[in-house]
Amino acid sequence: MRKFKDGETITVEPWRSRAFPVIKDLMVDRGAYDKIMQAGGFVSVNTGGVPDANAIPIPKPVADEAMDAASCIGCGACAAACKNGSAMLFVSAKVSQLALLPQGKIEAAARAKAMVAKMDELGFGNCTNTGACAAECPKSVSLANIARLNREFLSAKFKD
Amino acid sequence: MAKKEEIMEAAKETAKKVATKVAQKAVDVAEAALDAAAEVVKEATTPIITPEMAKIPAGPLELKWTNYKNHQKLVNPANKRRLDVIVVGTGLAGASAAASLAEMGFNVLNFCIQDSPRRAHSIAAQGGINAAKNYQNDGDSVYRLYYDTIKGGDYRAREANVYRLAEVSNNIIDQCVAQGVPFAREYGGLLDNRSFGGAQVSRTFYAKGQTGQQLLLGAYSALSRQIGKGKVKMYTRYEMLDIVLVADENGEKRARGIIARNLVTGRIERFFAHAVVVGSGGYGNTFFLSTNAMASNGSAAMQMYRHGALFANPCYAQIHPTCIPKHGDFQSKLTLMSESLRNDGRIWVPKKLEDAKRLQAGEIKGRDIPEEDRDYYLERRYPAFGNLVPRDVASRAAKERCDKGYGVNNTGLAVFLDFSDAIQRLGKDVVAQKYGNLFQMYEKIVDENPYENPMMIFPAIHYTMGGIWVDYELQTTVKGLFCIGEANFSDHGANRLGASALMQGLADGYFVLPYTIQNYLSDQIGVPRMSTDLPEFAEAEKAVQDKIDKLMAIQGKRSVDSIHKELGLIMWDFVGMGRTAEGLKEGIKKIDAIKKEFWTNVYIPGEANSLNNELEKALRLADFIEIGRLMAVDALHREESCGGHFREEYQTPEGEALRQDDKFAYVGCWKYMGEDAEPQLIKEPLDYEFTERKTRNYKN
Ligand SMILES: Cc1cc2nc3c(=O)[nH]c(=O)nc-3n(C[C@H](O)[C@H](O)[C@H](O)COP(=O)(O)OP(=O)(O)OC[C@H]3O[C@@H](n4cnc5c(N)ncnc54)[C@H](O)[C@@H]3O)c2cc1C
Repeated sequence: MRKFKDGETITVEPWRSRAFPVIKDLMVDRGAYDKIMQAGGFVSVNTGGVPDANAIPIPKPVADEAMDAASCIGCGACAAACKNGSAMLFVSAKVSQLALLPQGKIEAAARAKAMVAKMDELGFGNCTNTGACAAECPKSVSLANIARLNREFLSAKFKD
Repeated sequence: MAKKEEIMEAAKETAKKVATKVAQKAVDVAEAALDAAAEVVKEATTPIITPEMAKIPAGPLELKWTNYKNHQKLVNPANKRRLDVIVVGTGLAGASAAASLAEMGFNVLNFCIQDSPRRAHSIAAQGGINAAKNYQNDGDSVYRLYYDTIKGGDYRAREANVYRLAEVSNNIIDQCVAQGVPFAREYGGLLDNRSFGGAQVSRTFYAKGQTGQQLLLGAYSALSRQIGKGKVKMYTRYEMLDIVLVADENGEKRARGIIARNLVTGRIERFFAHAVVVGSGGYGNTFFLSTNAMASNGSAAMQMYRHGALFANPCYAQIHPTCIPKHGDFQSKLTLMSESLRNDGRIWVPKKLEDAKRLQAGEIKGRDIPEEDRDYYLERRYPAFGNLVPRDVASRAAKERCDKGYGVNNTGLAVFLDFSDAIQRLGKDVVAQKYGNLFQMYEKIVDENPYENPMMIFPAIHYTMGGIWVDYELQTTVKGLFCIGEANFSDHGANRLGASALMQGLADGYFVLPYTIQNYLSDQIGVPRMSTDLPEFAEAEKAVQDKIDKLMAIQGKRSVDSIHKELGLIMWDFVGMGRTAEGLKEGIKKIDAIKKEFWTNVYIPGEANSLNNELEKALRLADFIEIGRLMAVDALHREESCGGHFREEYQTPEGEALRQDDKFAYVGCWKYMGEDAEPQLIKEPLDYEFTERKTRNYKN
């Protein structure tokens, strides 16, 4: 945004996605992302009564990969950039982060299933692997996360 | 003969003069005695908060919290279901409290201004979070973390609270790891630590450069789980505009709900709860330009204050030396650059005023100024610590140079932070490895390459240690009204150490409030849910509506931001880094004038009953003006320098802060006495039982 020519036209528009209704001007309601998180974007632990933080060592490469997935800021650019309005990159980032870590692995399949079901219910489109989401992602969340989500999702389906 | 008369005359004159002098002396002495007496009377009539009133448990320091927990009253599961708690805020403090209370079985109503709880200001924290794990085997302990915190706070915090904070710090790390927070790890798979200012051990846990975001996402995930279960009802884009108090059968007023504005529709709504918890963050934005998020505000605190909660130590604000300077008049926020840059960067301004002038005019760049014409003023003034002096010292020194005209950018409010020596010494690659992401961020914002031309930095308001007074249970002086996180005054004294705010927010929310609030709620199980049709709710709503109508009706000529900017400048000049009695008095006058200007000349476009950003800002500015004044009043009364509060009259010959422990070793609490009345001072003495007060020393 810093370098542009005098007289050039800059187009601004609200995030475009069926699941993000416009409130006013550029302001959209991204509450759908919160609802997907409420469906399963967590580890089911209560406050207190957890083991010591160093009780389970986690290999550094795994921890780093989880960190990269966790850097998603939930901005909605992925769904807005996708021609199908899919939220797969967002969902996969959270599913990956938690599936990679031993603390979240236990619920990984169920989590993937619940979050994807919610995503569908809220009117986000299907993923057709165009990669537009990752190209626009301001935090460089990788498409590899979508592959991991698909694996978790399939394994959940097998268990059904 | 004539001679004799003359002598007599002269003698008479002298006698008269002497008599007048003696009489004047007597009057002076009498007046001084009167003043002293008045002081004594004032002293004697200044209300005191005792340790009992602050509910500090008896016993040795390390057993206080254990004893408290062993004896507090609990609420049984069946009764928890019948109790509602409002939590205002979804930052680290609010989100962790809301989630934990819901897990326990209480019904929670949670409010935030942002469109999602995950976007609270806490997200901005970069550096890390402290805990006394001693994973590095470098001799850390709960006591050491306690001691560093109390010393870092310049001995102006409560011993019992700080010890409890250090105690629960370890639980926080365990909890976050269990939630899936991806903290940095070593190759062996165990958690990594870094060191931060004010500590001799490595106790800071971090997640890349986004610790605040990852911790908040952890709390947000726990909160989301409870929202999904229906135990938390989440209200996003809602702003609390007042707290509702209802008297019980004994006439004691208790917090029983809030009035909030739906920011999308503009509708004013009423909400009931058995207790209200406020985790609304700090009030640094009083200064207009700060490192805080745009929506950070002090209005929730002022609502509590006007209902009788005490505002403690409002003058304790922290100024961070390494922020990206402001670059124009249209800017509304400042960006923090990590303190770690001062490890390898050298801070300087030109020696010659004409060089500074040419820098300001944009005719030359920093790299054009030869070595011998550079003034490395920190190394010059503080040879022992050099560029690594504490935050407050570095900040004041930068202001001093810029005030004298040596600023290096177009506004004259910036100094250089230069890496050319480090690049020569270590090589560009090593510097890039250490600071690459920060350099990148700098270049993105300033559009200048810091490898080639020195970085520019300037101090900015960053954190407020002062806040609403709470007792050991985090309850304010209003029954049923609790305050957590940066919004309260509790644990940092006059200065906060790096990586301790996140620790305190999560300590309050996960491990302290959910226990202590039960001591209150256990007495409330017989109280049925109240209708929000009660006159107390109706009156509170009307007062809010009247205030909005009054603001909308002004239709003056000035934008909210233009008045806020002016307030910010006054705060910076008179209530900023170096304060004097004279300047503070002047500042108070100017703030009073701003208040008048605001209430007669502000212009708010649009309608009140729809989305209206300017109205939101105006409501917050009305309170910032009051907070600014309170900060000045408190700063004027505190005739000492301690932590983030520096009174120029109270410094050592070397320019170090000079505490006055015999007079000011207390928490300065202010009680609201009415719209235009001066607030009343109440003191909570800090009689240390376990810690010896020393002078902070950075010279050797
Ligand atoms: C740039 C930056 C870097 C930092 N880095 C660190 C660090 O490395 N380590 C560290 O320990 N600390 C750091 N801090 C400090 C730390 O981030 C904050 O002190 C802390 O996050 C405050 O948390 P909180 O929960 O108290 O409040 P906040 O996170 O400010 O949350 C306040 C919440 O209250 C809500 N709210 C406020 N008023 C109302 C109202 N009237 N009605 C409804 N809702 C309301 C807001 O919407 C928000 O949800 C940093 C601060 C900044 C600015």
